[in-house]
Amino acid sequence: MENEEEKKQPAPPPDRAAAAESEAIQPAAKAEDPASLVRAAYEHPLPIRITHWVNAISLFVLVASGLRIFRAFPSFGPKIPEKVLLDIPKSLTLGGWLGGALQWHFTFMWLFAVSGVVYVVYQIVSGHYRTMLFTPRDIPGVWPMARHYFFFGSKPPATGQYNPLQKLAYTSTILFGALALLTGIVLYKPAQFSWLAFLFGGFHLTRVWHFAAMCGFLAFIPGHLIMVVLHGWANFYSMLSGWKREPEYQE
Amino acid sequence: MITRLEDKELKRQSRRQLLKLAPVAALGVFAFPKVRDRLVAAGVRFSDWASGALFRSQHPAQTFSDSEVVPFEKFPYNGYDVLDPEVDFEKWTLTVEGDVQHPGEYTLAQIKALPKLNQNTRHVCVEGWDVVGAFGGTPISNFLTLVGANTGARFLEVECADDYYESIDMASALHPQSLLCYEMYGQPLDRGHGAPLRLQMPTKLGYKQAKYLDTIRVTNVLKPGKSGYWEDQGYSWFGGL
Repeated sequence: MENEEEKKQPAPPPDRAAAAESEAIQPAAKAEDPASLVRAAYEHPLPIRITHWVNAISLFVLVASGLRIFRAFPSFGPKIPEKVLLDIPKSLTLGGWLGGALQWHFTFMWLFAVSGVVYVVYQIVSGHYRTMLFTPRDIPGVWPMARHYFFFGSKPPATGQYNPLQKLAYTSTILFGALALLTGIVLYKPAQFSWLAFLFGGFHLTRVWHFAAMCGFLAFIPGHLIMVVLHGWANFYSMLSGWKREPEYQE
Repeated sequence: MITRLEDKELKRQSRRQLLKLAPVAALGVFAFPKVRDRLVAAGVRFSDWASGALFRSQHPAQTFSDSEVVPFEKFPYNGYDVLDPEVDFEKWTLTVEGDVQHPGEYTLAQIKALPKLNQNTRHVCVEGWDVVGAFGGTPISNFLTLVGANTGARFLEVECADDYYESIDMASALHPQSLLCYEMYGQPLDRGHGAPLRLQMPTKLGYKQAKYLDTIRVTNVLKPGKSGYWEDQGYSWFGGL
């Protein structure tokens, strides 16, 4: 029964970049006795790894400096009367004062934007997005995976590089990134991008969406880091070297 | 896509790929305070350059109906020092200097005689708050024509009675909504809001809207280290919206 299920699933199309990389090393491998060989997968092509780390660093800077900027007016209401919504501890912030935080923010916003755009364009052009994009087909797999992670349910069999819950998480971060970027453009240039400001309900409301995008990242990051720790070195090392040793999945 | 390869080969491939990631480590320079301060300052300068390039000189900032304007009491008084530098209105004149045909002293009456523009626009503070207010005055461009300014010059520098100082790019100064503002909410500007004359530009952040104007200078070169009170401490010079 299980085998039939698996057969129905179309094989994931090979990732072109990974295929090209692996072809280069095939001849040497073929000559060897299969038993002595290690199973491995080139999971993260170089552009993905570079943009992942540039994004990770940028996000850290943008969140920390963004919180310092928020401290200057920690409210989404009117200036008069001002209601403090959140008192963010200075120790969590970057920049020392509003002007310093803005310098960090205005520098790393470019890195974040460029690496984000490069990442998305690369995913689409290379076809690599198929490994991580959450699609309606992944919906049925979300609950079994969540049950496994949070309620000690049995582990569903691994079918690809990422399980449905991972795909959901990674795909969400792209949406958070797009939201952060677009709302950031509105906050930075509401008069020049008045049409975009209109789309988000005006300058005032856009501050809320920008903050919400950050909250999305803040919801994602701890879970992501916990999973990285739980899955050990080989998994973490794959985001540095691209190669995953002994992946869980077949094919 | 699973491949099978020798352990040695996998390690070699992994190392090779790891090394390719090395350029990302260059971001580590941000850990060194001296380098970092210069880099983030450069980041702001780049952002300012991009802001200038993006600026559409005729594109209007959003305007609002009278019902969308906040009540006068809810328009914040914001100053860097005192809210009343005790300008003597009787003796007040605006000094005009620099690349102009008719430098000298100009009275408020001369400024009020220029075509008037009333506009309800959003005032955005760098801190993040914003208010829609009602402003009246004459477009800066009218006044620049009156004094015979060379509008091909790059900057407008202003000095204020409270020792605040600012400078703006000529394109923003010439924007049709950029005002020499002498009225708010249909009343003469009060002392806290910058009487008798202030800048009011809906395409700029609040700290660019200098109050208690004293001197206007048309120039191609900013006084070194004096591009603006807050800018000299690290705020973006363009400060554009």
